[in-house]
Amino acid sequence: MPFMLPSILRNVFSGPATRPYPANPRQPFADARGELVNDPETCIFCSICAKKCPSQCLAVDKELGTWEWDPFACVYCGVCAEACPTKSLRQTNVRRAVARDKQSVAVQGQPKPKKSP
Amino acid sequence: MKTSILPFGPQHPVLPEPIHLSLTIENETVLEARPALGYVHRGLENLVAARDMHQMVQVVERVCGICSMIHAMCYCQALEEMLDIQAPPRAEYLRVIWSELHRIHSHLLWLGLFADAMGFESLFMQLWKIRERVMDINEATAGNRVIVSVNVVGGVRRDIDEDQVAMIEKELVTVEREVKQLSLTLLTDFTVKKRTKGKGVLTREQALELGAAGPTLRGSGVAQDMRQLGYAAFKDLDFEPVVETGGDSWARAAVRFKETLQSVDLVRQALAGLPQGDLAVKAKGKPEGEATARVEQPRGEVLYYIKANGTKHLDRLRIRTPTFANIPPLTVMLPGLELADVPVVVLSIDPCISCTER
Amino acid sequence: MSFIATPVTANNLCKDAQALKARGFRFVTMTCVETGPGEFDLIYHFDKDLDMVHWRLAATDREASPSLSTVYLAAFLAENEIQDQFGLRFADLAIDYQGKLYLDEEAGATPFCRFSRASITQTDSGGDTEGGQ
Repeated sequence: MPFMLPSILRNVFSGPATRPYPANPRQPFADARGELVNDPETCIFCSICAKKCPSQCLAVDKELGTWEWDPFACVYCGVCAEACPTKSLRQTNVRRAVARDKQSVAVQGQPKPKKSP
Repeated sequence: MKTSILPFGPQHPVLPEPIHLSLTIENETVLEARPALGYVHRGLENLVAARDMHQMVQVVERVCGICSMIHAMCYCQALEEMLDIQAPPRAEYLRVIWSELHRIHSHLLWLGLFADAMGFESLFMQLWKIRERVMDINEATAGNRVIVSVNVVGGVRRDIDEDQVAMIEKELVTVEREVKQLSLTLLTDFTVKKRTKGKGVLTREQALELGAAGPTLRGSGVAQDMRQLGYAAFKDLDFEPVVETGGDSWARAAVRFKETLQSVDLVRQALAGLPQGDLAVKAKGKPEGEATARVEQPRGEVLYYIKANGTKHLDRLRIRTPTFANIPPLTVMLPGLELADVPVVVLSIDPCISCTER
Repeated sequence: MSFIATPVTANNLCKDAQALKARGFRFVTMTCVETGPGEFDLIYHFDKDLDMVHWRLAATDREASPSLSTVYLAAFLAENEIQDQFGLRFADLAIDYQGKLYLDEEAGATPFCRFSRASITQTDSGGDTEGGQ
């Protein structure tokens, strides 16, 4: 125990190592991996993101023009955002807050008009 | 004297994860220990049937919650060998940086848990406070604290820019200083020595015979470290395996403590030599045949065996995690111990049971 | 491809392993690969000074395979795992969990087998024998 005395003294006189969350949350790092955001204007509903997703938390319907994300199945790896051909799908650096109920995020866009045969 | 059988675990205050040991005891002395697993089996190996080979990177990351990056690196190396591609030099250096950061935070986590197992709570708090700096480096550079998900078949997905290099170097100075401040407490304190010296002895011969891996093997005097294979950028970096000859709990703790400082040095070397260039090469084609890859995890050698059949789904993926190799040595470490020493010795192999059962 | 597995036979496995052990090789692990209905490859991995040696042994679920745990005790865990996952049997296993290392009493399946099988030896508790997919 005597060997720890310097550390103990330093800890007594320095401030706390933790911060009073949630009153004072830490700002996210610029490169942190957070929520997914999809822009319905530029999304072409190609469903490449849904095919690449390792946790299969994305569902895309080209016919209806819907893009759905289950944030509770998502592993926040960011593979989908990297694979997006139009860069309409982005990963922000803000984490989702804790939630009481499970919910999913849906984006409704304009389905592409079918090409006439 | 009658013997009795005492169940140890699966839920035990000292165990972060569930493993059960049937201890045959006479009075307070352990005569025989028999491990039993099966409380967290997830069947991840079998997911190869449901996920393609690129999605499996994210699956193997979840084999271990502490050294996720190293699992993914091993998997990617095996596939890269099969596809006959070579990750670019910058990717190899970045892999070393992140894998060594994982080793630092894993060893600090373990050293903290080890102190906690001995009832040394304040040392535990100190070590985990240092570890938090490494977690912050991980989050700032790779985006996540533990499951950094930086690997992709053919290279890495994330880059470290100049500002981040400076930040890592600055943080590592503090980490190194603070870890060194605790060295006297960890390695020479009377209480710590009393609880660890001569406890759970595994001789060099026993370690080799029972297939021990990693710090458990090196703590018994065998200088074997998979990083000597020179995978990723380790071929360009300068390091010697840390070896202790005691074979007891103290030796294993000392190996891990010294490896923490060694990893700080390796990260520095890799940052200094970080070459410019691409992050990944494109993984084209479908693998066929068989391959194995081995890397050194914080807990020891991990072996990946992959069999592929020319489709995007692999035929068989087998992961031999280091704890799987370190459980048989427990059967010779524990007999002869006092019951009160069992938790500390069980922890001294750094059991990662979720990895073991996958 | 650097992966070469030397074929071994069930009769010679333990004798060859003794010779390998005498040369200072360490047992790393063993892998079971299903090659067809009831047909398996057992791959043994050994290591000495960072050099690996792989052996391949053909096995079936109809007869028990020789256990390496008589030579390398460390093999008992891997062999028990294979018993659980693939329903193979090993003769003279040093510590035998009887297919209950991971699996529960009532689970009679061989979860890692892709080919459906009616039942496995010893456990005929029935139930769903098709696992995985």
